Amino acid sequence: MMRAEQLFKTFNPGTPIENPVLRGLSLTIESGQFVTVIGSNGAGKSTLLNAISGDLFVDSGSLHIDEQEVTRVPAWQRAGMVARVFQDPMAGTCEGLSIEENMALAWHRGRSRGFGRAIRAEQRELFRDKLAMLKLGLENRLADRIDLLSGGQRQAVSLLMASLQPSRILLLDEHTAALDPKTAAFVLELTDRIVQENKLTAMMVTHSMRQALDHGHRTVMLHQGRVVLDVSGEQRKQMQVSDLLAMFEKTRGEQIDDDALLLG
Amino acid sequence: MTPIALMGALEIGLIFALVALGVLISFRILDFPDLTADGSFPLGGAVAATLIAGGHDPWLACGFGALAGAVSGLVTAWLHVRLNILQLLASILVMIALYSINLRIMGAPNMPLIGSPTVFAPFIGEALENSWLVQPAVLAVIIVAAKIALDLFFASQTGLAMRATGANPRMARAQGVATERMVLSGMALSNALIALAGALYVQTQGGADVSMGVGTIVVGLAAVIIGETLLPSRKLWVITLATIIGALLYRLLIAVALNADFIGLQAQDLNLITALLVGGALVLPQLKAKLRRKGGKAS
Repeated sequence: MMRAEQLFKTFNPGTPIENPVLRGLSLTIESGQFVTVIGSNGAGKSTLLNAISGDLFVDSGSLHIDEQEVTRVPAWQRAGMVARVFQDPMAGTCEGLSIEENMALAWHRGRSRGFGRAIRAEQRELFRDKLAMLKLGLENRLADRIDLLSGGQRQAVSLLMASLQPSRILLLDEHTAALDPKTAAFVLELTDRIVQENKLTAMMVTHSMRQALDHGHRTVMLHQGRVVLDVSGEQRKQMQVSDLLAMFEKTRGEQIDDDALLLG
Repeated sequence: MTPIALMGALEIGLIFALVALGVLISFRILDFPDLTADGSFPLGGAVAATLIAGGHDPWLACGFGALAGAVSGLVTAWLHVRLNILQLLASILVMIALYSINLRIMGAPNMPLIGSPTVFAPFIGEALENSWLVQPAVLAVIIVAAKIALDLFFASQTGLAMRATGANPRMARAQGVATERMVLSGMALSNALIALAGALYVQTQGGADVSMGVGTIVVGLAAVIIGETLLPSRKLWVITLATIIGALLYRLLIAVALNADFIGLQAQDLNLITALLVGGALVLPQLKAKLRRKGGKAS
């Protein structure tokens, strides 16, 4: 379970480019729930994600993962609870390291690291089995540099890496935005499979309303640093993208100027 | 070139192989441009020389020299990580400070070690007739041991975390790596190796001098760059090997250049040659890539 209460975050406070991104955002995600998050640019999606992961600290408010308060816990200490896949395929994997070395890094996520060999035979077997699941032929390329893979392959490996160790919450930061539609569909399908198989609690940020409604159990819309819409269950099942858009306009009482982006 | 001159070049090359391994850790693995080397190399030398002159065991002196180097690397990393001082600037501050500290440690601008025990002395005959062979041999054993230890370390869980810290710190943190700690310990390790090289250097040269650190970083970097130009690889054990070969080759090239009378170069031209060599090694991969592109278009 993840509980965010009254989060506030302002970038560049006290300057002409002051930017209040989170303005009292509260959101609770129950264990096992898969939540999709939408919102226009600057709505606070990424900031919320970075706050949960610990990449940045909020100005005020509190964050709990399960019953533990993590508001001021640095990212590396939260890693045992938070798994994540980045938007940029380059960001989630380590260039210059091989596929198996990247996976070995993720295998030790949130665990203490000693001076033992990072990759043992039994781990290599496990990595091979996991990679074989992708049906991309990567199981035969364990020693290849990860930067030789395509963006889609890297995102698929990132997803695997995120599921190597248990997590309290999996954060997906528009992880298909940089991919072509076909690859994006593959990665999304893989996401659904991994989340279901491991019964993960997950939060997926997306730019696409279609994706937001098609995946997960619940959809949350952010606007100006707050949750303005929260649908789940039957109401969400019958919902179309146009309904979502209409609800958003009604809630905010204003026109979205970049709905092309939201519909994409 | 005489065999003795050749072995002399080899000897200094081996010492600078240690420096180069240290530079490899800071510049390449941690992506931390670190000029502390110009201070930590003489620091290791000053500490070792002072201890040896004070009648202490030369191996112990090497150990304390390396330890002092580790502390200097730690200070540089701390200035950057905790006080947010730019990496290059932090290392220049420490380098400058070490000049005074080294003078304090030795109590004089130089400290002769003629006739003092060294780590090489037990293997050298009474007439010093085999010192030209023994010193490179002992150094070679130390370098090989250091290389194997580093290769094992960088294949370990912690070593992998350190490599990730340099390559992609955000990803490393997301995997639970304490990146600040990694930078601190990596910089300590880097400068410990460089200071150890300094401690060995004073024992081969028969004394320490406060200005012996000038250009250390350039020589170390030259070795790293020559190594990766000649033997490009992403495998870490190959990279460490290439670095050592780069250091040996660099000293050899310098020796050849200085020994070839027809070129007319003299000892004082050393730094100019170094700069030219490093510059050349930096440009060479770009030229190679450009040629390859042209070739590709033509075919």
